[in-house]
Amino acid sequence: MNLETLVFYLFGAITLLAGLRVITARNPVHAAMFLVLAFCSSAGIWLLLEAEFLAVTLILVYVGAVMVLFLFVVMMLDINLDQLREGFWRWFPFGAALALIMVAEMVWVLGSRTTADTVGAVQHAANYSNTKELGRLLYTDYVYPFELAAVLLLVAMVAAIALTLRRRIGVKSQDIAKQVQVKKADRLRIITDESERKTDAQSGS
Amino acid sequence: MNLATDLIHAGAEIFLLVMVSIILIADLFVTGRSKMFTYLLVQLTLLGCALITVSTHEPGVAVTAFNGMFVDDLMADVLKLLSYLAVSALLIYSRGYLLARGLFSGEFMVLTLFALLGMMVMISACNFVTLYIGLELLALSLYALVALQRDSAVATEAAMKYFVLGALASGLLLYGMSMLYGATGTLDIYKMSVAIELGVNNKALLVFGLVFIVAGLAFKLGVVPFHMWVPDVYHGAPTAMTMLISTAPKLAAFAFTMRILADGLQPLMIHWSGMLVILAMLSIALGNVAAIAQTNLKRMFAYSTIAHMGFLLLGVLSGGIEGYGSAMFYAVVYVLMSMGGFGMILLLSREGFEADKLSDFKGLNQRSPWLAFMMLLLMFAMAGVPPTVGFYAKFAVLEAVVQTGHIPLAIFAVMFSLIGAFFYLRIVKLMYFDTPESHEPINMQPDTALLISINSIAVLLLGILPGTLMSVCAVSVQQSLLLH
Repeated sequence: MNLETLVFYLFGAITLLAGLRVITARNPVHAAMFLVLAFCSSAGIWLLLEAEFLAVTLILVYVGAVMVLFLFVVMMLDINLDQLREGFWRWFPFGAALALIMVAEMVWVLGSRTTADTVGAVQHAANYSNTKELGRLLYTDYVYPFELAAVLLLVAMVAAIALTLRRRIGVKSQDIAKQVQVKKADRLRIITDESERKTDAQSGS
Repeated sequence: MNLATDLIHAGAEIFLLVMVSIILIADLFVTGRSKMFTYLLVQLTLLGCALITVSTHEPGVAVTAFNGMFVDDLMADVLKLLSYLAVSALLIYSRGYLLARGLFSGEFMVLTLFALLGMMVMISACNFVTLYIGLELLALSLYALVALQRDSAVATEAAMKYFVLGALASGLLLYGMSMLYGATGTLDIYKMSVAIELGVNNKALLVFGLVFIVAGLAFKLGVVPFHMWVPDVYHGAPTAMTMLISTAPKLAAFAFTMRILADGLQPLMIHWSGMLVILAMLSIALGNVAAIAQTNLKRMFAYSTIAHMGFLLLGVLSGGIEGYGSAMFYAVVYVLMSMGGFGMILLLSREGFEADKLSDFKGLNQRSPWLAFMMLLLMFAMAGVPPTVGFYAKFAVLEAVVQTGHIPLAIFAVMFSLIGAFFYLRIVKLMYFDTPESHEPINMQPDTALLISINSIAVLLLGILPGTLMSVCAVSVQQSLLLH
């Protein structure tokens, strides 16, 4: 067993264990952290396959952005997992039996035969740029689905705003335009009190 | 092929996307509740799309563009034109209903157009990547549309169920696609078909992937045993959204099934036709029997959809030009009938009142004889009574089934259609022989009144003269099959 295989199995084992802990951890924050670990070790596997760009993107986008937002939400919500898990053990035998049947079927179908010829991971020269190659493909062969993926994001944005924006009356909010247009007279009221007027009159006379 | 010609072939999609963006911005400046300007702009956009689709059509040849990501053939153009028509009719039908509920917003129209874009992408996709992105574009827009009525707990629950089960189905589909990719090394459906014919190393992997693909498709079509979401979503969503889910997307779903099963996985037909037999039989049986127990019309239509989708699968599994052609014909006819059925519910509903219970149709003949007659035509068509088009559609499918030698299957389908005729004809009985429960006047807009008349009379006329539509379906299917 060479070093590469060893590293692969190490990362694979970490990914699997972390994935398992995501669904078994009692504390949702811990579960989210295990998901981060799973992402990191998958990024390691991708690095091993010479897909550096994807590995870096996985860390930046998923760990850096998505999971942080996810953690915010998890921390802000007061989720009682024990309440959510009520009835879990009642349905467990049924679910476990179904899962076992599925696994047995999969092993039966796939396990006994060899899969397609495997010659190991593709090896590239040292000056091969993964990023350049991906960029070239995305903007040539895959330009149509690439643009459509952008449309998908636009739909998500429109849908999120349509579903969450509501105009309630009596909500305190800032109207920047009104703030900018404010005049001195709107904010400032000049009061002259009695004694001052007297002194004014005296000094004037 | 260079980019310029590619862009021309995808002209309708590009035009639609540009117009959606314009409408999205323009709508912000439209004041007032009726949104007449946005509405007219949307209708003009649909007209523009239709003109572009017709003018970029190249008779007799199927063109692929964007490195085989996109295909422009007769089937794509016919289905796209019908989708524009369906969405346009949907907007006319649902305007009054949505205005009364304060839902006729710019977002509704924009999301509907995005859903249409998703359907168009699905209809002319010939690569698994584009197929999947089109499907997600359609599905995301529909989830949001169902949830648009936020004050209604039922609608939110329906949206939630639709979203979770839809995501599960997408997962199954993706898993299947990855298996097929692993076995053949390509995502292009025509190349995949060639690769399978040449022989692959691991046929078990291929069939394994196929199982997931069929399960995902069955989820999206809503056939038994993957039908659980259909009744709840149809019932819970606002009727206009239910109408949207049950009409144009079925055309896209047909194209999707055709491109994957008939074009890409044709060499595996022995495997998938067996699976479809089970799905179709279960759907026809459960759909027709469960619909009898419903007192809510939307729920009843949901079960009727399940049965109709079973019939559509019967056409697909028969294979050949007759089989696929009859399935396409069935999809078109189903959209027409479903449009009319939901249109009638929208028409009879008014502010604060949903005409979605069977009892709301009691004595409709005394309240409005013309509407009652239109509903009679629609119900006869759904039940498959001649001379309406519903009969011819079922007949064409059954003919294809018998030709392939599945005679017991055809008998089974006929038996359950007879059982199903009960609940359609019960509505006719309620309309003509019962006394009305309310005497509220039916206030129809002239455009919706005209549309429902055209819709129902089309059901009758197409039944008498089905030849043209049938041959269009047969030719488009034939052309799409010739590609590989």
